[in-house]
Amino acid sequence: MKKLWRRSLFIISLLLIWQGLYLLEIWPNFLFPSPMMVGNTLVEGFTDGSFIIAMAASFKRLLIGYSLSIVFGTLLGVLIASNKIIEDTIGPFILALQSIPSVVWLPLALLWFSLGEAAIIFVVVLGGTWNMVINSSTGIKNVQPVLIRAAKTMGVKGIQLFWKVILPASVPHLITGMRLSWAFSWRALMAGELIGTGTGLGQILMWGRDMGNMSLVISIIILIGTFGYLTDNLLFKKFEDRVLTRWGLDNE
Amino acid sequence: MSFLTINEINKYYPQKDGHLLEVLNNINLEIKEKEFITFIGPSGCGKSTLLNILAGLVKADSGRVSLNDKLITTPGNDRVMVFQEAALFPWMTVIDNVMFGLKAKNKDKKEAYDKALKQLEAVHLADFKDSYPHQLSGGMKQRVAIARSLVIKPKILLMDEPFAALDDQTRLVLHKELMNLWLDLKKTIVFVTHNIREAVKLSDRVIVFGTNPGRIIEKISINLPRPRARESKELITIENYILDLLEKEVSFKGGNQDEKIMA
Repeated sequence: MKKLWRRSLFIISLLLIWQGLYLLEIWPNFLFPSPMMVGNTLVEGFTDGSFIIAMAASFKRLLIGYSLSIVFGTLLGVLIASNKIIEDTIGPFILALQSIPSVVWLPLALLWFSLGEAAIIFVVVLGGTWNMVINSSTGIKNVQPVLIRAAKTMGVKGIQLFWKVILPASVPHLITGMRLSWAFSWRALMAGELIGTGTGLGQILMWGRDMGNMSLVISIIILIGTFGYLTDNLLFKKFEDRVLTRWGLDNE
Repeated sequence: MSFLTINEINKYYPQKDGHLLEVLNNINLEIKEKEFITFIGPSGCGKSTLLNILAGLVKADSGRVSLNDKLITTPGNDRVMVFQEAALFPWMTVIDNVMFGLKAKNKDKKEAYDKALKQLEAVHLADFKDSYPHQLSGGMKQRVAIARSLVIKPKILLMDEPFAALDDQTRLVLHKELMNLWLDLKKTIVFVTHNIREAVKLSDRVIVFGTNPGRIIEKISINLPRPRARESKELITIENYILDLLEKEVSFKGGNQDEKIMA
């Protein structure tokens, strides 16, 4: 409860400072809107449905791109973890790919797929995949050897050993990978939408810039932050904590 | 007829500097059916390696192990191992853990469940069937691990320092339970420990190992009735004898491959 108080107090002070700066009129109103103006824009955006449509469109791209990156990432991760030669060969390459900010892929995506859905989804997939490769291969390689030995002495081997023991034992790493990939995909999506066409949060953001409507820009930034926070910290973190407890890995 | 025969087993581990460490040197041993046999010795004497060879988890560099005259080369559920760390699958409930081996053999689910529950009752953990391993104490986990192994009905139960991580009271309780299970089922148990008292109290025969190279220095039969009192004179005599043997082994490096009947 105390924490909630402190946080509310912090946000209220932030809003007050913002309002104060607005009243000082250092910058023109259209460049530096008041909290009220942004609030109105948010309300309008939701009542006329434009924000909801944009969020739905963004969310759809995110889900498609993210799901693909989880599938590709896990498959590649399993391949790397199961073969030392493959790991030695492409491991460093994956690390290099992971260090490339996904927005860097945009020029390529635009030329290959032209301005459209495919280009944005391509960037989202590249944003989430490499992290998932790294996390899933780490998870599989770090399965406690004694669990594998126990299963073997009970007569389990081969593909059954993989499905029944190795994969479930690496679930904590897979969940962490899924959470991080979600964050990476989300960032990649926003980068992609700034340039791509169609409707979406990123596109409204750019439209706000073109129209000189800072109220709109700030509203969308708030939406993006809130959406990211809710999914990452509430949804995924809760799920991850549950899994860690079940697997006996929490620090109780 | 021979049951479990260990014949001229040698095992080397390559070291970082290139030379070979001799972990097991010419191990010969006959293990009888329904025997409770214990391997004891200082760390590095190869007792756990030998157990892993019996399980089929590790391959010997030369020699052979056969069960009922059939060569052992791979793991098989006629020989199931219980580990020091219990090694339960954390994502499964207790009953699912116990059913694991049965399900792997494509046993009917209902039948597997009933068998698993019965086995859990035998280790007094039926009430915890829907718990997860992280909710159990160390002793309870180890009892589940024993149940999970026994439910498959192996011919041999291999136990690798199963009680080493437990506190003394829990260990005493588990000794008693294991004894009862063993008297009940009359299964062959090959038990590895570095606890002399534990070895002497539980076993029909104690095999004392020496290090560098890992080898058998003495085989000691203990024909005392069960249940054995903890402080009985005979047990303490044997304990002291083994202690002397191991002390000599550590300080002088002596030893012959005697067979002795102590009681």
